[in-house]
Amino acid sequence: MSTNGKSDTPSLLTRFLRLRRGPWENLATVIIAVGTFMLMQPFFLELFTYSFVTILTGTVMFIIVSHFPE
Amino acid sequence: MTETSPIQRVADSVALSTPPRMAGQIRGLSDRAIAWLFVTPTILLLLAINIFPLVWTIYLSFTNYKANRLNREVKWIGLKNYERVLTDSDIWHTLQVTAHFVCWTMFFQVILGFGLAWLINKQFRGHSFWTTLILLPMMLSPAVVGNFWTFLYQPQIGLFNYVVGFFAGVDPSSFQMIGEVNLAPWAIIIVDTWMWTPYVMLICLAGLRSIPDYIYEAAEVDRASKWRQFWSITVPMVLPFLMLAVLFRVIENFKMFDLVVELTSGGPGSVTELASINLKREAFEKWRTGYSSAFAIILFVTVFGVANIYVKALNKVKQR
Repeated sequence: MSTNGKSDTPSLLTRFLRLRRGPWENLATVIIAVGTFMLMQPFFLELFTYSFVTILTGTVMFIIVSHFPE
Repeated sequence: MTETSPIQRVADSVALSTPPRMAGQIRGLSDRAIAWLFVTPTILLLLAINIFPLVWTIYLSFTNYKANRLNREVKWIGLKNYERVLTDSDIWHTLQVTAHFVCWTMFFQVILGFGLAWLINKQFRGHSFWTTLILLPMMLSPAVVGNFWTFLYQPQIGLFNYVVGFFAGVDPSSFQMIGEVNLAPWAIIIVDTWMWTPYVMLICLAGLRSIPDYIYEAAEVDRASKWRQFWSITVPMVLPFLMLAVLFRVIENFKMFDLVVELTSGGPGSVTELASINLKREAFEKWRTGYSSAFAIILFVTVFGVANIYVKALNKVKQR
């Protein structure tokens, strides 16, 4: 705890804005998982059509953000 | 006089037989250059058998190339192949079949693998023998497993049908596991579960053995029930290991080919036609090389994306 009583740990939004690896990697992981679900779901052909773009976005994003500082 | 070893003698003879000019050139190289000299053939081999085919497949996925018509003009058609693959209901169906296969095999393998690891970890008499016995299916070739399960599934003479018939009170020849539309998907799930549950068990066992006894002793002192110990100590500590096993199996089952080809060849109809089997048909039976290259790239990117999650999970386990 800091002297003014607030926690020193930055919020999730702050860590996003400071381009920290953790939250961005989590976001990329979620995008990949959503894309994989879209690829294999049996409900809508449209979701299947856009699944590859989603997975590709998540994967490229993962590669980029894994070079961000901790 | 000191005796020289055979290796030293060989080294001396090689040094003597090296032409003086070449020997001089090698002596002039830095350690880094010599290291590159040794590593370069391996890198070239990797480029030739891994990177070049990948780059070539990416190129072909943007063309109308057909491998059985070598004289035909190859035209650049942009993203047309990707558009066709991603709007093809047959491809969508094969991916649903793959999803059904992956989800159910994972469900059974996690339940059975964790259960077996839990039992083996009890260190009962003869547990080493049972561990070895349970691990045997994992060590067999998928082609062998596929072949002998085909015999086990025979309606007339198959042991599987006989056992099911005995316990369910039905005629063994009244059903065909690999010949009926509603049973064939479950037939391949049973075989994959039989073969790969030991792998999940092995990783779970490693997780269970890594839990220190003093944590359970502290829980006993706090009068935690066995049920509470299981959910508050065992499950959270084994979970990263289990997650690794699941991710690894998901990636492997997503690419599953050999076992299912041996068992059903994708039939009856296309109810067990997994993505990899469809890909092989498009590439080497229908000879739609450009189209199948696009499909292969889609599968590759998917597996690569999931592999990233796998590496992330692996790093988390390492940090523990």
